[in-house]
Amino acid sequence: MKNDRGDIELAGVCKSFDGVTNVVDGVNLRIDDGAYCCFIGPSGCGKTTILRMIAGHEDPTAGEIVIGGQNVVGLAPVQRRTAMMFQSYALFPHLTVRENIAFALRVRGQSKADRLRAADAMIEKVRLTQFADRLPAQLSGGQQQRVALARAAITEPRVLLLDEPLSALDEQLRVQMRQELRRMQQELGITFIHVTHTQLEAIALADLVVVMEQGRIKQAGAARDVYAHPHDRYVAEFMGGQNVLSGRVEKVNGASFTLAAPSGIEVPLQARPTVNVGDQVDIAVRRDDVALVRPGRDLPSGYTTSLPSRVLAIEYQGYFVKVMLDTVPDDEFVAYVPEKTFFADPFTVGDVVMATWATGSALPLA
Amino acid sequence: MQPSQTPSRVNFAGWLYVSPLVLVLVPFFVAPILVVLAASFFATDGFGGLTPGFTLASYVEVLHSALTLKLYLATIKFTVLTWIFTLIIGFFVAYFLVFHVRNQLLAIGLFLLCTVPFWTSNIIRMISWIPLLGKEGLINQVLLAMGVIRQPLEILLFSDLAVVIAYVHQLTIFMIVPIFNSMARIDKKLIEAAIDAGASRLDIMRLIVVPMSKSGIALGTIFVVSIVMGDFFVVKVMSGGGSASVVSAFYEDVGVLQYPTAAASAVLLTLVLVAIVSLILRTVDIRQEITR
Repeated sequence: MKNDRGDIELAGVCKSFDGVTNVVDGVNLRIDDGAYCCFIGPSGCGKTTILRMIAGHEDPTAGEIVIGGQNVVGLAPVQRRTAMMFQSYALFPHLTVRENIAFALRVRGQSKADRLRAADAMIEKVRLTQFADRLPAQLSGGQQQRVALARAAITEPRVLLLDEPLSALDEQLRVQMRQELRRMQQELGITFIHVTHTQLEAIALADLVVVMEQGRIKQAGAARDVYAHPHDRYVAEFMGGQNVLSGRVEKVNGASFTLAAPSGIEVPLQARPTVNVGDQVDIAVRRDDVALVRPGRDLPSGYTTSLPSRVLAIEYQGYFVKVMLDTVPDDEFVAYVPEKTFFADPFTVGDVVMATWATGSALPLA
Repeated sequence: MQPSQTPSRVNFAGWLYVSPLVLVLVPFFVAPILVVLAASFFATDGFGGLTPGFTLASYVEVLHSALTLKLYLATIKFTVLTWIFTLIIGFFVAYFLVFHVRNQLLAIGLFLLCTVPFWTSNIIRMISWIPLLGKEGLINQVLLAMGVIRQPLEILLFSDLAVVIAYVHQLTIFMIVPIFNSMARIDKKLIEAAIDAGASRLDIMRLIVVPMSKSGIALGTIFVVSIVMGDFFVVKVMSGGGSASVVSAFYEDVGVLQYPTAAASAVLLTLVLVAIVSLILRTVDIRQEITR
């Protein structure tokens, strides 16, 4: 009986290489069949180790890895029906593109005619037909990446694991290959697990974004959830696009609370557990929610907070302008002002402005 | 530096760069070869005196002698046997060091251990086989004591077997080093990728490790083949004079002052070796493999 389900469950997975510190520390996660899942975190956070454990190149010290309802711990990659695409691809340098792609079929004992036919079909799928007889060294980075993808996909795995697949490419190619990965994933209809340290890559591709820190999952959810509603300061700062401020709670009044320093920030109470007067809390405000108003002018309606700030630097980014402010003493505070709004009344470095936002857009963090 | 250098100055600098090599190669390699080549065409008075001139008599003599063919066959036999054993041992030792010793310091330590036999001279290494292989040697005594044999085995020492053993002992390192070198450059991720694709140990060996160690195997082969074919000392000592090789024959010639015949044999052997080496280089593009 062939089980084609590629849903994955990690239950209490731990990994320790030295027996002292856990590189992966009690990870629980469910990934749906056919999902595109991105693990994201700084280097050394354990994301690649998780990937290698799912692939079967590393055994967990504790916990279970279940693929399609079957505990796969201890099984070889072939038995798991997973395939891995390695960082920097690990293409066999002495084999041609066609032979590289047909390799897995060759070691499975398929006849030469069969495997070359299958390889050629796959080569066409990744649009490399004219390069089929070249050696990997004769290909560009993007072409090598497609060979690696084809080589991994040819065995019809139920899970494809990608270890920083785009890191070896230059910026432009990365965006292009990103789309290609997504297209392949939809075409193959299998689960992709993709490890990256670039948040843009993760939110552009993934159905499920998993943010990691020091071997633990900080937050897992849809890209938009993780980006717009980070749980805590770490996720907010790592995913970017947020200003994180911290302050002491001065007043709790019904549906919102107010921070004392920086003074008078009103934050709506959400599902967050009770907030008490005197607590030190972190809040996040999206950079594109911040509006800048010249001192003395009226705030737009619904905007209660306004923090006097000095413009530290201005970066033109095309469709928006990045304005860096000294609003909070130690943390970075940035406003993304739409280009047209900015140039209607441009600021210069050193100007004093009021940074303000709609009360509802401030988000308390755990 | 001036951007526009005259060609002759560039040339001069180029010659300066290669001059150390040239200074070594010309007096110690090119000149002797030329002397031997010249001597092979000279005539002899039979008492060591050479008459400058041009005669092919020595070549005719060497090529017409039935002994020449016999000697070549014997030498090739030793070469092939030595090559097979050094290749098998060298390959697996290198494989073990590269792929099974996780700790790099340990790998380097074990690698240095392989060179321990070279801390003593060739002669001592050969003599030390005598107490082991000899008629009264360790192996015979153990076998006798165990009752496996009744008479001491005589083929252990002063035989072709002993010659091959001594060669393998001496030359395995020449296989290990280049094969180790080319294997060490195989990205471990390739092995992992092969496992991921479902390759067995044998598949990995056959499809990844061996093809990617080709240049090392070729280099090791060149070392072993040219050393064995150019040797007479081991054959002489370990066979107890019972076997001969191409070189031992012209060593004898030198002993009886037949310089032109010895020179002609030497030139012939050199040509044979050049042919073998170029054959090896034809199958493996070492230059490309090394720069890969």
